[in-house]
Amino acid sequence: MTDYQNIFTRVQVRGPIYPGVDAADQGGLKRGKESFFFYWAGKLGDAQIGPIYLGTTGVLSLLCGLVAFEIIGLNMLAQVDWSLSKFLRNLFWLALEPPAPKYGLSIPPLNDGGWWLLAGFFLTTSIVLWWVRIYRRARQLGLGTHVAWAFAAAIWLYLVLGFIRPIMMGSWSEAVPFGIFPHLDWTAAFSIRYGNLFYNPFHALSIVFLYGSTLLFAMHAATILAVGRYGGEREIEQIVDRGSASERAALFWRWTMGFNATMESIHRWAWWFAVLCPLTGGIGILLTGTVVDNWYMWAVEHGVAPPYPPTEPAVLDPMKALGGAK
Amino acid sequence: MIASFKNSPRKGLMLAALMVAGLVAGCEAPPQKSTQNGYRGTGMVQITNAAKHDAKLDANKLPEVQPPADASGDKASKAYQNVKVLGHLSEGQFLRVMTAITEWVAPEQGCGYCHNLENLADDSMYTKVVARRMLQMTQHINEDWKSHVASTGVTCYTCHRGNPVPQNIWFADPGHVARGSAADPQGQNEPADLIARSSLPRDPFSIYLLGAQDIRVASTTTLSETAGRPIQAAEKTYALMTHMSEGLGVNCTFCHNSRSFGSWEESTPQRVTAWHGIRMARDLNKDYLDPLKATYPANRLGPEGDAPKANCSTCHQGLNKPLNGAAMLKDYAVELARPK
Repeated sequence: MTDYQNIFTRVQVRGPIYPGVDAADQGGLKRGKESFFFYWAGKLGDAQIGPIYLGTTGVLSLLCGLVAFEIIGLNMLAQVDWSLSKFLRNLFWLALEPPAPKYGLSIPPLNDGGWWLLAGFFLTTSIVLWWVRIYRRARQLGLGTHVAWAFAAAIWLYLVLGFIRPIMMGSWSEAVPFGIFPHLDWTAAFSIRYGNLFYNPFHALSIVFLYGSTLLFAMHAATILAVGRYGGEREIEQIVDRGSASERAALFWRWTMGFNATMESIHRWAWWFAVLCPLTGGIGILLTGTVVDNWYMWAVEHGVAPPYPPTEPAVLDPMKALGGAK
Repeated sequence: MIASFKNSPRKGLMLAALMVAGLVAGCEAPPQKSTQNGYRGTGMVQITNAAKHDAKLDANKLPEVQPPADASGDKASKAYQNVKVLGHLSEGQFLRVMTAITEWVAPEQGCGYCHNLENLADDSMYTKVVARRMLQMTQHINEDWKSHVASTGVTCYTCHRGNPVPQNIWFADPGHVARGSAADPQGQNEPADLIARSSLPRDPFSIYLLGAQDIRVASTTTLSETAGRPIQAAEKTYALMTHMSEGLGVNCTFCHNSRSFGSWEESTPQRVTAWHGIRMARDLNKDYLDPLKATYPANRLGPEGDAPKANCSTCHQGLNKPLNGAAMLKDYAVELARPK
């Protein structure tokens, strides 16, 4: 008999195929009829696939996403002279670059940034349509719209990087290229150009929420797995019972740190930490170049960056020392 | 319904071994040595790999010094015909430096690499014309660029290392140019050794080490007052810097404090030397190397039809001091000096 283990489990728990709640009183649920089990999906979550609802926004979103994907991919392929082997070899290096600085916010020729604008348009449309879909599905199921707003936080950061900030800076060239290494180069160059993003307090806040999210995730997930033997994953029904998994979990944290989250509040913490990561990050990016031009100098002026003993002998800018000569 | 997965321990082991191999692939074999070169806690350290560093030192051994020459006797200009740069040397000194150059530049090919052996004074071989200009360049570096080479100086060997064409040279490289309406990669996103196989712009040399575009990109004002340099300029600077880091075998923190790359107050004295080095490379490429394109045969020119040029790697070859700082010039101080 195989035991159910909750770290690396070899057991899949499956119920009969379940078509979902009857939501006829909310105008009826449109969804596909077909459902089936898929073993490998069961490794990650529920083995039941479907019923799926795609709808108009879903179909349009996938179409726009496909157009963006093709624009980016085919341009990359053209850059390696349509050689599939070179495409695979150079895939991490390849990119679709934004327009050159000389174009400002005007529409550049297709081969000099025009494709980037088109890809950006279709990718953004795709993402926004997907957001609408998530929002609508949640409403129709009678749910809150928390998932949609969490997704909106990520969309905010995406729009700041590729749309809002470039417009405020007056140039599409400020935006991020579509490419694996090239977008990382962009990040490094962006930080160097604007005097080290490390000293941007909103960047710091964003990192707090990023790392904080992983900490909360670890604490919460570990707690629930630890009380799995008492059925701890059945959270809500346990809250009021004595000696339940939930109460043991709460007591564990009161023992170890004197305070515990509740079954509900832990999710509120996690939601806010996750949402605030891109929200604060987006603010930090938006202020860079539009308000603050050198974060290191800003940090020195505001007592954030500590002074260190100067180098001996003092290092002087040779351009100034030589009066601009040579 | 319960489905179980029959696990095979051998498959699991193989998968684990593959994953471990994948994790360490691309890592450098230890041990690495870390040397502090700035204030504690600021990350000012140099990481060197002992094995790699030793290999570099082995590759940087000096050739034997030619026996000293008699300074008296006839001047070379009198003893030989068509001696335009070294005519002020004695015949003995002249022969000594010719012998040394053969060993430094064309040890296998011999005198005939530059000279018409029927008539040594003949200028018909392009290699002789180039060599003459290179001697003038060496004099120029040693006399006028002490801000970079100090009294250590350079000889032909600093770059050539026994090769008729130095191993580390560069040509103009616009990269892949898109055809039709396909998006142009803007001279980047194609790995090249000269830029440490990054996806940065492939040719920072044409604009910075031949042209004189401004390398500085970091803002000098706290707040956004004027339109600054675009991010694309920062990527080009980054490409040049990554070349310097590779070419000199140093980390960024050899010259910069990474908390503010642009700040001179936070930098090390080496950054000033490097600053002069950039100007020196620019000067040599502009006045000595690039103009030779009319002299070279087509097979010596780059894809864009330009002459081979120098960057930091040309001399440094992976060490922050070429030849590990050995003062080779002092053994040829008379021969390679500009006539008084």
